[in-house]
Amino acid sequence: MTLLEVRGLGKRFGGLDAVKSVDLDVDEGRITAVIGPNGAGKSTLFNLIHGFYHPTAGTVTFRGDDITHSSPHRTVAGGIARTFQTTNLFEDSTVLENVLAGRIVRSKSTIFDAVFHTPRHRRESRVNEDKAMEALEYCGIAEHRHDLASNVPQEVQKRTAVAMALATEPELLLLDEPAGGIPEEETADFGDLIRSLPGQGVSVLLVEHKMTMIMGLADTILVLDHGQKLALGTPAEIQSNPDVIRAYLGSSTDEEN
Amino acid sequence: MNALKNPRLLGTFAVVVLIGAAPAVFAGENYAMRVITVGMCAAIAVYGLNIILGFTGQLSLAQGGFFGIGAYGVGLLTTDYDWSFWSAFFVSVIGTAVIGYLCGLIALRTKDEYFAIFTMAIGFIIFLVISRWEAVTHAHSGVNNVKFPEGAGIVDFSSPIAMFYLVFLVLLICIYITHAIRRSSVGRTLLTIRTSEDLADAIGVRVGFSKQLAFAASAVFGGIGGGLYATVVGFIGPDAASIDKTFEFLMFILVGGMGTVAGPLLGSMIVTFLFELFQDFQAYRFIVLGPIIVALVIFAPRGIIGYLGEFIDRRNRRRRLAGMRRSPKETGPDGRSAAPTAETMTESGAGTTSEETK
Repeated sequence: MTLLEVRGLGKRFGGLDAVKSVDLDVDEGRITAVIGPNGAGKSTLFNLIHGFYHPTAGTVTFRGDDITHSSPHRTVAGGIARTFQTTNLFEDSTVLENVLAGRIVRSKSTIFDAVFHTPRHRRESRVNEDKAMEALEYCGIAEHRHDLASNVPQEVQKRTAVAMALATEPELLLLDEPAGGIPEEETADFGDLIRSLPGQGVSVLLVEHKMTMIMGLADTILVLDHGQKLALGTPAEIQSNPDVIRAYLGSSTDEEN
Repeated sequence: MNALKNPRLLGTFAVVVLIGAAPAVFAGENYAMRVITVGMCAAIAVYGLNIILGFTGQLSLAQGGFFGIGAYGVGLLTTDYDWSFWSAFFVSVIGTAVIGYLCGLIALRTKDEYFAIFTMAIGFIIFLVISRWEAVTHAHSGVNNVKFPEGAGIVDFSSPIAMFYLVFLVLLICIYITHAIRRSSVGRTLLTIRTSEDLADAIGVRVGFSKQLAFAASAVFGGIGGGLYATVVGFIGPDAASIDKTFEFLMFILVGGMGTVAGPLLGSMIVTFLFELFQDFQAYRFIVLGPIIVALVIFAPRGIIGYLGEFIDRRNRRRRLAGMRRSPKETGPDGRSAAPTAETMTESGAGTTSEETK
């Protein structure tokens, strides 16, 4: 079943088309990847889907609901979470507090519940902590929970970002270069984490530069170039597509790592 | 009784007990009692500033204005309109809430320095209205003979001690609310906005709406502090709403520690005490206090309480590390081998893989 449906999506910045008439289907239970040279519009596409930018053309539909002009607050509440290309965490807080922040969108408690310590507040606090711990353990960083986010290794930070996104209980997770900056030998572990997500009911749309990782991970790959679709297909199809080889793989293999 | 093991709560508790015991020390010295009571009124307004500045990270310069609205609300309603203190107080606080909420509608669209400038403009407008609208506020002649709160039974608020405990009680409630906000998801929401609005946005926080509520809440605290101040001092003039008031509050919170539970109270008390000490040099007191503030911002940017808090955090972290080294076989709550020191990091990395793939 199609979870996310992108049709004719476009974004103009001044006279420049950052993204132009992109169509994309993200199927439930699948891992879909977006690749392309730097400046191809991958991150812009994410920002458009997530509601950070509002598109100048086209539509985004999630589970049949039109979310083209939704704000991030609504898209997250609706079940789409994301991580950023540059690791973006609350650095003065512990890893656990970061992941708990992901629970805010699922919290209904008001300030009155907090002040009067209502049963709802107590129940919700408990649920939030359980869910946060669950996300931490799932991402394999439970032992770092009391460390400051700025003090843990890069890989743990990346996993914290994923755990924080998972804590919002998404159905679709947008990962922007999740393995960027992680040493090569740990990339495989990280790939395993991503691969396990659809089994947990979380479909994945990711942008990644590490081709070996993408080819072993993605079910479908969308290749963007200059904001437009260059190719769409399985990893095998993409690898043998002459356009892709010319525009991306062939010319930039040296820069990948 | 976990609370007593937490050094932070213990600190707040100690400051509160010290101040609560003040009447025993200063009994009969009405002037000293009054200084402390006025200081507590300011502290209540500073707790409001703590919500918007300390928790949410938005520098609001309207706090003096809201303090003035509370003070003038109570002052004018109990004198010119002969309302009882309690009804005047209630209406004034609701009034600041409404004004705060409405200003928040615009404030939520601004951030950082724009927010500061916008709120400073609000503060100035409030001050101008109070100091110029002679027909209603009596402008520079101020408001005299503000009523005492009506007591019940043996409680008579014309006694400085009864007044002290009334303000003290309200202060305690404000401290508790601050504590409750801090440990709840509401506080977490505000802290995410303080740290990074973009990231807060990305995880689904309603940034603008939360900012607006925080601003309204800070206004309410300002109004409560102002309303009590009016009845404590009995006479109020436009300086109760002046921008100087805002900067006084700002100094209180800087000294005590932004975003902490005990900071606003401690800062208010210490600086109020210093103000009294330098009272003879009224006009020059900022010459002495200025360098103190500069030194604080450089060496303890999070104030006295923030400085102590960091000290406690560091010690806890060291203890935890030491504890782990002593018992490396200890199991964590997840049933797996407990957390690594640097040497065991790779092993636990392997452990997580099996967790993920199952």
